[in-house]
Order: sequence, then C-alpha cells, then structure tokens
Amino acid sequence: MNALSLRQLNKTYPGGVIALRDINLEVMPGDFFGLLGPNGAGKTTIIGIVSSLVRPSAGHVSVFGHDIIEDPWEAKSNIGLVPQEFNFNQFETVSQIVINQAGYYGIDRHTAQERAERYLRELDLWGKRDATSRSLSGGMKRRLMIARALIHEPRLLILDEPTAGVDIELRRSMWAFLRQMNERGTTIILTTHYLEEAESLCRSIGIIDGGRIIENTDVRSLLAKLKSQSFLLDIASPVGSLPDFRDFYVVPVDERTIEVEVRGDQTLTDLFTQLNATGVQVTSMKNKSNRLEELFVRMLGDRKRDAQPETA
Amino acid sequence: MAALYPAYPRQTLTALQTLAWKETHRYLRIWVQTLVPPAITMTLYFIIFGSLIGSRVGPMDGYSFMEYIAPGIIMMSVITNSYTNVVSSFFGAKFQRHIEELLVSPTPNYVILAGYVAGGVGRGLFTGLIVTIIATFFADLQIHNIPVTISVVFLTAVLFSIGGFINGVFAKKFDDIAIVPTFILTPLTYLGGVFYSISMLPDFWQTLSMANPILYMVNAFRYGILGSSDIPLATAYTLILGFIAAGTALSLWLLRRGTGLRS
Repeated sequence: MNALSLRQLNKTYPGGVIALRDINLEVMPGDFFGLLGPNGAGKTTIIGIVSSLVRPSAGHVSVFGHDIIEDPWEAKSNIGLVPQEFNFNQFETVSQIVINQAGYYGIDRHTAQERAERYLRELDLWGKRDATSRSLSGGMKRRLMIARALIHEPRLLILDEPTAGVDIELRRSMWAFLRQMNERGTTIILTTHYLEEAESLCRSIGIIDGGRIIENTDVRSLLAKLKSQSFLLDIASPVGSLPDFRDFYVVPVDERTIEVEVRGDQTLTDLFTQLNATGVQVTSMKNKSNRLEELFVRMLGDRKRDAQPETA
Repeated sequence: MAALYPAYPRQTLTALQTLAWKETHRYLRIWVQTLVPPAITMTLYFIIFGSLIGSRVGPMDGYSFMEYIAPGIIMMSVITNSYTNVVSSFFGAKFQRHIEELLVSPTPNYVILAGYVAGGVGRGLFTGLIVTIIATFFADLQIHNIPVTISVVFLTAVLFSIGGFINGVFAKKFDDIAIVPTFILTPLTYLGGVFYSISMLPDFWQTLSMANPILYMVNAFRYGILGSSDIPLATAYTLILGFIAAGTALSLWLLRRGTGLRS
C-alpha cells in the first residue's frame, strides 16, 4: 500500500488555467520524496489537492489506501501539512494553535497537551508556548507550522518549501529534524527550490513542469542521467603554465582556478591521473553547481528547446 | 451522505468541543469589543427611548412603553451579536487563512458549521443576558412563559448565527461582512416591531411588515416575556425552524462545494 497514490489527476482553475495534466504518482511508505519544478509548475496545486484545499477537476487521490473523498477521516488523519505561507490565527498562542489542531483530529485534550509539550520542546518552541504567533520570528513560525502538522502524528508529512527564507543554521537544524522524523518511519514529501536540500534529504525525486510529471525516480538513478559534471579546481601554479589536457575540456576561470568538465563515461580518478601526469598540483576542488541543480536546469532547458516551434 | 454519518463519534465530538470552545474563547478574549458595546448601546436605548421618550408615550397593548420595548431590545442584541460573531470570526479565519487548519483536518462540514454556530449562539445569548439584566433596572420584567422565551431566543440565535456563517462564506473583503448587518439586518430589526406594535400601522404597512421575518421572532419573544404578540406563536416557530432548516442546508451545500474556501 503506497503512502500516496495520485491517479489521472487533473486540475483546471476557473478561467481555464490548466495546472495539472494526467498526473500519476506513487510515493512509497517511508520514502523521503522531493517534488521539484519551476514556479507555476503545479507543485502547490498537487499539495493543495492532497490536503483537500484544492478541488481536483478529475482523478483520484489515496493516502495509505484511503481515498480522500470516500474515507476523508482516515485519509486526512494520515496527512500532516506544512504549507508554504504562514496560516495561523495571529492572536492565538503557540500552545493554543497546536492543541486546537489536535482537537480537530479528535485527539483528547490531555493527549494533545502531552504531545504539544513534546513537539514544542523538540522544535525549541516550548519557551514560547504562551507567546502569540504574531510575536514569533520567521524561523519560529516555520517550526510552529511543523509542530502543528505533527500534533496528530501523521504517517505522511507534506512540506511545501519549508525552508524558504530561513537562515542556513535553522535550515540545517530543520533538515536534521526531518531526517529524524523520516528515520522514525514518517513518509515525507518535500517541495523546495533549494536543490541542494533535495539532493541532501530526498531518496526519490519527481520533477513536474507545465502540469506534467516529467521525471519520477530515485535520486541515484536521476543523477546517473547527468551526462557531465563541472568542477572548479584551485591549482598551485599559474593557469598560463598549464599543459594541454587530452581527454578533458578545461577552461581557465582566473589566475589560479580552472573549470574542468568530467563526462559521464569518465571518472575523477581519470582526471587526477592526468593532472598527476602533467604535474599540476590541485589545492582544492568543488562542484561548479549542485549536481541535481545542473540536471534540473538541463532537463527543463531541453524541454523548452523541444517545445519551440521549428522555423524555416 | 457519508460526511453526515459520524464514523468516529468520540473524535467528532472532540472536534466540535474544540471549535466551539475556540469560538467562545475568541469573543470572551475580546470582551471589550464584543460584550461591552451592546451593554452600553442598549442602556442608552432604555434611557432615551424607554425613560425619556417612553414616559411621554402611553401604554402599548396594556404595558408601559418600557416593558413593551424591553423584549425587542433584548432580541435586537441577540440577533446582532449572533450574526456579527459568526460572520466576523469566519471571515477573519478566511482572511488570515487559518480556516485551512480546519479544512485539512478530518473535521466534518457539519461540525465546522455547528462549531461556529455554537460561538454565535453563545455570544448572542450572553449579550442577551447582559441586556436582560440591564432591562431589570428599568422595567419590572416578569417572564410569562419560560419555555417559549428560552426556545425562541435560542432558535433565533441559531438562525442568525447560520445567517452570519453564510455571509462569511461569501465574503471576499471586509466590506462584504458589513453590508448585510448595516443595510439589511438593522433596518429589518428596527422595522420588526422592536419599538412599536404593528397594529399601530396603516393596513398597507401592517401587511408589508408581515414579510419581515424578524417581526415574528421579536413578537414570539415578547409573548414569552409579556404574553402579548402581534402574530400567532405557531407561525413564528414554523418560520424560524423553516429558516434554520433552509440555512443549514445551504451552509452545508456551500461547505461541500468549497465555495469561497477551496479553489
């Protein structure tokens, strides 16, 4: 039984904007799934439909085998949603927000209070439990949305760009928390524009563009599609004295930095063998860009080119 | 029909208690905005219309003017506060988008409606009680029929809470939650026999007044307190219950469609 199953999902908004076209998607239990795509691709519409905030035009959604229309209580009880934008009652306190949310899921007040303390402590919000939500910082609000989404202990946690606008320290602590939740058995679906985040956290990736799923596979298989990677190498000797490289495309970046392209059929060992043979000393090395980002940009670029009409 | 069947009765009840308490807590938290103004306004009504002007007006249906208008003024505060509570709270939840907390949860639609109505009824009855207490300082109120008094005030609060809910569903901006109370509810309340008996009106206006549903509620409540009414009690109950049934059906239909809530 899949954690999430979307079958022939379509959405056309009033006014005729087609947001989703025949989306079929399966997310396995225990997976950490990244849903990627450019702005307006349909990610938030999918999340909206799964969480009942958007009505599908056609198709079916089931969560752990429960149809969201036929078995709403079972399906919705299995979903926790962390939306993109803050949607609290600005005048309620942190503890009121999470305890009330538990009540909407039928959880008695005593259990709700126990869970609220546990999740607010885990997310470092316990000290703010009596503060109104409007008085919290942006990072605290993000964590509060996670606590609220977890209060009914869903098996599927959906996060729509959870780290947007969050500083790097908080982002990393949220990553650690989400990894921990996933290790405890919670299936996680994440949308993000930070592809480093997706590559670091997710085991499976779905790429959506123009309302269609254009890729749906595990991260390893996806990265294997990368035909080449570019690396930036800092070298000990000046660029001007570089010898010719037979097998690698090398471009000087500045006086002591070069960019090297390594094709899919080449290895870094090949590169270093050649660097050794030519006596070039490498002081440091890094990917020019995140691998997933490179693949993502290329895939979307290819689709745009394919979509362009032919000219005479 | 599946949504109407409580598959999880205990959890459904918990959800209802949570929402009803949240709504109650809301109007109690902002009591300066919700409970004090009707107390002040209605006190002014009693002083100006009851004591100052009323002393120069003769008895009406055998009661002093103060005694005659007291049930109407109590009912006016119940109607206004029930309606306003739900429309402002529900629209506020839409505006701040925390209505999504409910929409993503398994809380059934009828519980969402009942929870908001519970808040509206609570505030309506609370302010009604405050105004009744104030009224006792100005008039010697004797309750003629307790079951009629309680049932009419309760059903009226339910009806106008549902009305506020429907307004809140359709409202897209703050102006939309003020239009109905200002341009429809207030005139109908004033013309609903709060300050006068429709028997004083010319025939044409008497007939026209019969189309005003608030007239039936004010008169049924006045019957409960004084034992005097311009209309038959059975007609009033039929009308109130009919409007409640129609309003409930419309509200549930709107929630099911997701009007104003789900894109």
